[in-house]
Amino acid sequence: MKSASTIMIIGSALLLSLFIYPLWIVELEAPQYPDGLGMFIHLNGLVGFTEFDLQNIDGLNHYIGMQTLPKPDDMWEFSVFPIVVGGMAILGIVIGLLGFLNKISYNWFLYWLILMTVLGVMGMFDFNAWMTDYGSNLDPKAIIKVTESDGTPFSYKPPLLGSRDILNFTAISYPGIGGILLTIGMFLTFVAYLVGLKTKKNKS
Amino acid sequence: MNLKNLGIGLLSIVFAIGCGKSEKNGKSNGALNKSHAEQVYVAPGEHDEYYAFISGGYNGNLLVYGLPSGRMFKEIPVFSQFPTSGYGYSEETQPMLNTSHGSIPWGDAHHPDISQTDGVTDGRWVFINENNTPRIARIDLETFETVEIIEVPNSAGNHSSSFVTENTEYVVAGTRFSVPVPQEDISIKEYKGKFKGALSFIKVDQETGGMDINFQLMMPGFNYDLSHPGRGQSHGWFFFTTYNTEEANSLLEVNASQNDKDFIAAVNWEKIEEYVANGGGEMKPAKYAHNTYDHNTHTGKSEMKEEVRMVNPMDVPGAVYFLPTPKSPHGCDVSPDGQYIVGNGKLSANLTIHSFPKMLEAIENEDFDGEAYGIPILNFDKTLAGVVENPGLGPLHTEFDDKGFAYTTFFITSEVVKWELGTWEIVDRKPTYYSPGHLTIPGGNSREPDGKYMFVMNKITKDRYLPVGPELEHSAQLYDISGDKMELIYDFSTHGEPHYAAAIKAEKVAPNTRKSYRLDENEHPYAVKNEGETKVVRDGKNVHVYISTIRSHFAPDNIEGIKVGDKVYFHVTNLEQDFDVPHGFAMIGQNNSELLIMPGQTKTSVWEPDQIGVWPFYCTDFCSALHQEMQGYVRVSPADSDIDLSWSLGED
Repeated sequence: MKSASTIMIIGSALLLSLFIYPLWIVELEAPQYPDGLGMFIHLNGLVGFTEFDLQNIDGLNHYIGMQTLPKPDDMWEFSVFPIVVGGMAILGIVIGLLGFLNKISYNWFLYWLILMTVLGVMGMFDFNAWMTDYGSNLDPKAIIKVTESDGTPFSYKPPLLGSRDILNFTAISYPGIGGILLTIGMFLTFVAYLVGLKTKKNKS
Repeated sequence: MNLKNLGIGLLSIVFAIGCGKSEKNGKSNGALNKSHAEQVYVAPGEHDEYYAFISGGYNGNLLVYGLPSGRMFKEIPVFSQFPTSGYGYSEETQPMLNTSHGSIPWGDAHHPDISQTDGVTDGRWVFINENNTPRIARIDLETFETVEIIEVPNSAGNHSSSFVTENTEYVVAGTRFSVPVPQEDISIKEYKGKFKGALSFIKVDQETGGMDINFQLMMPGFNYDLSHPGRGQSHGWFFFTTYNTEEANSLLEVNASQNDKDFIAAVNWEKIEEYVANGGGEMKPAKYAHNTYDHNTHTGKSEMKEEVRMVNPMDVPGAVYFLPTPKSPHGCDVSPDGQYIVGNGKLSANLTIHSFPKMLEAIENEDFDGEAYGIPILNFDKTLAGVVENPGLGPLHTEFDDKGFAYTTFFITSEVVKWELGTWEIVDRKPTYYSPGHLTIPGGNSREPDGKYMFVMNKITKDRYLPVGPELEHSAQLYDISGDKMELIYDFSTHGEPHYAAAIKAEKVAPNTRKSYRLDENEHPYAVKNEGETKVVRDGKNVHVYISTIRSHFAPDNIEGIKVGDKVYFHVTNLEQDFDVPHGFAMIGQNNSELLIMPGQTKTSVWEPDQIGVWPFYCTDFCSALHQEMQGYVRVSPADSDIDLSWSLGED
C-alpha cells in the first residue's frame, strides 16, 4: 500500500505542473509567418508565442469577423480552472497520504480518478464549446464571408487535437507540457489503484 | 567589335601570357564554372554568410548587400533625402540634414567602417563620411538607420575618413582640400602656408556611440587623401597619405604630381589625447551641426556647436612625423598585425611598404631628412620595409587576408594583384572589369580578416551588363581568395558610385536586429497609442492630425474643417506590432514626399492645401489584402469658412 500511495501522491502532484506549463498549444502556420504564430493555453489565460502574437492573431481575425481572443477577465474558466485543478491536486495528495498511513483504502484512488476524469471531460466540452463559438459566432459585418459549398457559413474553429487548414492558415492543436504531465499524472493514479489492488490480493 | 574592345582584348592577352593562367581558361572549364555557380548560390530562403555595407558615393547613402550572393537588401538613407521613406522630408528627419550651411539635401558618401572592439569588427555601428560638406554619420546596426551626423568644421573634401581605431575610441576624419582656417576672404594664390589641412579626432562614446570632436590637428595645407589606424603593435597611431605636398592651388593634375615623394603622415593620437587631457590645445570658434536621432521619440534634433579644440602639431613634440612615400599615394593601408603601412603611390611604378618598428627606430635615432612646417621627415630608407616591384599601374587600395597576403587594386591596368607580406613577391593577378577603386575583404581593415571572399568595386562598367543607355551603375566582382590563386566567381552591379565597403559575418549582426519598434516605448509627442487617442487639433493656422494606421484603415479617415492656407501636420502612428508591416502615407498634391512608417513608429508629414475640395490620402505600402481600401478624405474649405473641425472613422 505504501508504494501505491506514493504513486498516487506523485500522480496527483503532477497536476500542479499546470500552474507552470501550458495545458494546450494552438499553432498557426502561414507563408507570411515563417516563424509561426500561436498561443499557449494556460489554466489562467492565453499567452502568445511572442509578446504580440495574440494581438496579431486578433488583427488577422478581424477580417473574417472573429471575436478577439479572451483576456483572463473575459472568461470565468480562467479563474475557476486553477481552483479546480489546484483543489484536485491537493485532494489527490491528501488521499495518497491517508492511504500511506493506511487510513483509507486504495479504492479512493479510483474515486479520485473518476471525479478527475469527469471534470476533465467537462473541461474539454467547455473548451470545445468555446472554440466552436469562437470559430463560428462571427460578426455579421465581417469583411470576408466564406461559405461552405452547401451555402452554410464556414467555421473557423481550430481543431481540438490535430491540424486543420483554415483559409491560408494551418491550425495545429496539441497538448502542452502541462497537458502531457496531467495525462501522465492521471495515468499514474490509475497505476496506483492497480498496485493497491495487487498488493491487497497478495496479502489475502 | 570596335577598336576599343580589341584594345582590351589585346591587353588581357598580354596579361594571360604574363601570368600564365587566363580568365579564358577558366571559362572553358565547365566543371570549374559550375563550382563557381555553387559558391555564390544562396538557395531561395537561405541567408548570406556576410553583410556588405557598400557606400553609395554621390547618391549619399549606404547600401546593404549580402555575400556571396551579391543581392541588395536595403538602401539606408544617410546624407541624402530619400522620398521612399520620407527621410529628410518628414518633420522628424529634416534636422538630420542640417549643417552650418543650412539644410543640404544631398551628400557624397565614401568610406563605411564598422565599429571594432579589440581590433575586431563588432557589428554595433557603421560610420561613413560625407566628402562634400564634411560630415560623419553613424548608422545603428540594430535598426539599420542613421542615428547621428556630425559636421566637421575647418575641413573640406572630407575624404581620409571615417576610419575607426581598434576599440572605436575615435572615428577619424581628414581634409582633402585644405582651406584657410578660419575661413577668410583672401586670394587663392595665398594657398602656400596659409591653407591648413585639419585632421579631426572624433571621440566615440562606448555606451551610446555618440560622437564628439575631441581635437583637430591643424596640419600643413597638403591633401590628406586616405587614412587607417594602427592596430596591435601600432595601436595609438594613425596614418594618413598625402598628395599635393607641392601645395599647388591650380591644375593639380600637373602641379601636384611634381614631387618624387609625398608623405604618409604618422600621427601618435594617444600622445595628443594625453596632451589635450592635460588642457593642451586651444578652443577656437567654429560653427558645426551635430544631429542626433532618438529611437524612442522617433525624432531627430540638430544642435549647432560653437567651438572646437585645435592642436598645433608643433606644440606636441614627437606626435607627428612624415614618411616620404612615392608618388601621390592614395590608399594608406595597415596590415592586420599593425606592422606594415602600405602606401599605394598612384603614380609610382612600385608599391611602398613602411615598417612600423623601423619607423619607431628611425624616430629614436632621429634619422631625419629635414622637416616640413616643423614636422620631422623620416629618412625614406630607414622606414622602408620593402617594395613590391612593378606590380601594375595606378595602385589605389590594399586589403589583407588572414594568411599573410595583401591584395592591391590597380586602376590603370584594371586588375587586382595578390602579393606576400615580408617577401613582397607577387603571387597572383586577376583582371577586373574595369578600373577598380576600392576592394573589400570582410574584416580587411581589422586584426582578423576573413580570407574567404574579396570583392572589387569598379569605376567603369562598359559592357558588363545589358546596356541601359549612357549612364551605368558601377560593376563589382567577387573573388574566391581561399586558395593560392584568386578565382573570379561573380559579377554584380552596385548603386550610385561605391567607394569603400565594409563587410562582416552576418552572425555578428543579424541576431541583434530589431523587428519593430515597441509602441509602449514610443515617446513621440504626437504619438497615439490606440485609435481612441486619435484627434484633430487646431492651433491657429496649424492643424495637428493625430492619425493612426492598422490593417487596413486610417483612424480617422474622414476629416472636415481644414481651410485653404492651413498648415496640416499629419502625425501618423503605425499601431502594428508585427514584423514587416509598415504602412505608407501620401496626400494628393503634397509638396514633399510620402512617409513609410514602421510598426510602433510615428512620423510627421506637412501638407499645405491651396485649393478647396475634398482630397484623398492613402496607404502607399501594399500592407494587406484590403490595402486598396486603406484611404481617407480631407475636406478643404475656403479660408473664411466657419466649418468646425470634425473627424471620424466608420460613421455614416
